[in-house]
Amino acid sequence: MDIRSIKSFLVKSLVSDSVKLVLALLAVFFLFVVAVGAQKGLAARAENQKVLAELNQAGAPAAKPAGDNRLQDPWREGWDGAMRFLSGRNLETIARQTTIVGLAALGMTLVIIAGGIDLSVGSAVALATIVIAWFLGRMPSPSIAAILAVATCALFGLLSGLAITRLRVVPFIVTLGMMLLVRGAAKGLSHEQKIDAPETWLNGLLASLLPEQRWMLVPVGVWVLIAMAMVTALVLRYTKLGRHAFALGSNEQTARLCGVAVDRVKLGIYTLCGAFAGLAGVMQFSRLTVGDPTVANGLELDVIAAVVIGGGSLSGGEGSVLGSLAGALIMTVIRSGCSQMGMPNWVQEIITGIIIIAAVALDRRRHRRAAE
Amino acid sequence: MTTPASTASPRLEMQSISKRFGATVALDGVSLQVSPGEVLALVGENGAGKSTLMKILSGAHQPDAGRMRIDGNPFSPAHPLDARRAGVAMIYQELSLAPHLTVEENILLGMEPSSLGWIRGSEVRAKAAEALQYFAHAGIRPDQKVGRLTVAAQQLVEIARALAVGCRILVLDEPTSSLTRPDAQRLFELIQQLKQKGLAIVYISHFLEEVKEVSDRITVLRDGQSVGEGLTRELSVNRIIALMVGREVKDLYPRSARVPGDTLLEIDRLAGLEKPVSASLILRRGEVLGIAGLMGAGRTELLRCIFGLDAVRRGHIKVGAYLGPASPVRRWRQGLGMLSEDRKQEGLALSLSVADNVTLSKLEGFGPAGLVFPRQQAAATQGWIDRLGIRCRGPEQSVGALSGGNQQKVALARLLQHDVDVLLLDEPTRGIDVAAKAAIYQIIDELASGARGQKPKAILVVSSYLPELMGICDRLCVMCRGQLRASHQVQEVSEHSLMLEATGQEG
Repeated sequence: MDIRSIKSFLVKSLVSDSVKLVLALLAVFFLFVVAVGAQKGLAARAENQKVLAELNQAGAPAAKPAGDNRLQDPWREGWDGAMRFLSGRNLETIARQTTIVGLAALGMTLVIIAGGIDLSVGSAVALATIVIAWFLGRMPSPSIAAILAVATCALFGLLSGLAITRLRVVPFIVTLGMMLLVRGAAKGLSHEQKIDAPETWLNGLLASLLPEQRWMLVPVGVWVLIAMAMVTALVLRYTKLGRHAFALGSNEQTARLCGVAVDRVKLGIYTLCGAFAGLAGVMQFSRLTVGDPTVANGLELDVIAAVVIGGGSLSGGEGSVLGSLAGALIMTVIRSGCSQMGMPNWVQEIITGIIIIAAVALDRRRHRRAAE
Repeated sequence: MTTPASTASPRLEMQSISKRFGATVALDGVSLQVSPGEVLALVGENGAGKSTLMKILSGAHQPDAGRMRIDGNPFSPAHPLDARRAGVAMIYQELSLAPHLTVEENILLGMEPSSLGWIRGSEVRAKAAEALQYFAHAGIRPDQKVGRLTVAAQQLVEIARALAVGCRILVLDEPTSSLTRPDAQRLFELIQQLKQKGLAIVYISHFLEEVKEVSDRITVLRDGQSVGEGLTRELSVNRIIALMVGREVKDLYPRSARVPGDTLLEIDRLAGLEKPVSASLILRRGEVLGIAGLMGAGRTELLRCIFGLDAVRRGHIKVGAYLGPASPVRRWRQGLGMLSEDRKQEGLALSLSVADNVTLSKLEGFGPAGLVFPRQQAAATQGWIDRLGIRCRGPEQSVGALSGGNQQKVALARLLQHDVDVLLLDEPTRGIDVAAKAAIYQIIDELASGARGQKPKAILVVSSYLPELMGICDRLCVMCRGQLRASHQVQEVSEHSLMLEATGQEG
């Protein structure tokens, strides 16, 4: 291997979209480490000045009140803040918070690649928590409860797919209707109340790790996400379903002409999306420990945002698992960083909004340049 | 060029194919046959029935009468996939590839070798490589995204895909219209290779010099009938054109005395982003100027550039006293309006009412203080409905419910309601019946000659129908591959000479 081929390999991998996204993710993360540190340091300095002013007013001697224990070292405070953001505990929290959106984003990636959209995933997550709690109240078998929840959501995904392929209604409308329908079903099943459930191992899926579980690095739920992401990436790359999903989103007429069973692919994809939403619901239940029909309101928009930040194109044909996960992580990092800096919720929302628009605008620009 | 033995049994036989769409007879007993290893050229003017015939072959339409055979076996595809499975592959002008997939993924789309749903990668590569072996010189890498390839390369990928599905009959519809000359030459070489492989090839083209170069036999269609057939080497270009045109102009075109006045539109060496390449013309008040040419020559793009819908790269446009390119909004204000060739997508808002469509470009004057009173809109529209004889229930009816001819009159009424001085008419009679055509010719003549005490207008007409242009225009010019040629007085030209100019045989 000569220098030139190594160089071209490096350039190629730097140009690769997924690698770029991961780099962007690291950049965002680094930015927040610095920002959190700076903010903590500056806050400490401001605090010091206030204390000094108070001391001056009180007529204390002008000499340096080095002994006053209310004074802090701004550099040290900043460093500690940055390190806290980088600590294993915080990283674990970020991973845990990403899991729900990330799992749902896997299914959404498939749907968006195939040129569709699914607005019902938030409702499906709520329904899944209700199904689990309802079932656990009758039979203490958490694994059956979880499977039942995933199956129920997959069934609703299949229904969406059937409506899209048989009734020839556009996915946006079908899943908009499904969003209301599933939410209603969740509320009906729970009589519009939270359902309490006995404690089972399901609650531990996304719980913070106990000291004796440290060897797992992250909770089981996060491992589930990682495993599912790998499977989905393989399916997209190496199966007919994945290939046909790309073809469908890229040029549906061509796919049909080439004998791709367009309707069957769509059914499969919406069913899978439902199943992933159900799995996200299992994780949501683990965090809530109760069934809540109003939970995850608007989650579908977070999920779509994750896919879109990750390079998915709403007109179909583009998207990747790694990208969507990076997208989900970027949003969580922003949230975590903002809250550690003590910023109010609305600032996070504004920043997230800007990131979504900027990500897509950058993507379009890259496309135009590639086209030239 | 080799001619296959006449004894060889034909690969494809189409016998007395007929097809009507509503009242229009698109095909009336057309027959053709192609042998293995033969290239048949299918020529004819726009609307002669070539594409309908090919759509029947590809299963997109079903014939009303007639039958087809492939290698002697009856063939009646119910849909395109059927035809594809039987070995019929179509390469259209607009390529049908999935731009986000790679070359090899496109080639094997829909027939990926797999076990339990998992694609066998090595087999995919082997099969794709096999299909691509004829195209080694094209520099196409199997792992490239198709969207990044040039049009010529994409076309090759599409042909490779046809070969991979085991195609026996390859139909190429205007394959060179978007290719450069060297790319076209390479395509011709490839066609020779494919011939040797025993494929039957149907080649559709407007460019007669290409037809002469690649084909073994020629079938000429006109008005849905096959009017001539023969070996390419025995048919001269002049003979082919005579067969294609062969019809006299009926007295469908009224022509009042017209007096050319001041210059209203002047363009000089106008170039768009791709087309037109270079166009200069002068249009006076009281004059109808026609632009002839083949599809894809850049005539529509020229009108769009003038009207401000497409970007202008260089050159001058002068509308009345206004110099330079301008947006459609300003063009309307300057007194220039355009009738789109695509009535359904662009020209009209089909779900809106007749009144809304007629008044859409100028909603002023229908009430005080910028308000728009529907009653006044309707009153203004009613005048045009009466004058143009638009058949509808009234100004409130939605345009989508009208027939094509009446829709076209509504679109024309918009220009009249706006009272523009310069009218750009793109294919004003496409897809409408003869009666409506006659009415539109009548209106154009009245506008140009200044009937009913109005000032004459200046009219620029693009049409693919030569008899119509010869009938209604005062002057004619031909556009060929983006170049607008000098104009001729209509008395000085014949359909024959125009066709020669449009197919690039002359000049």
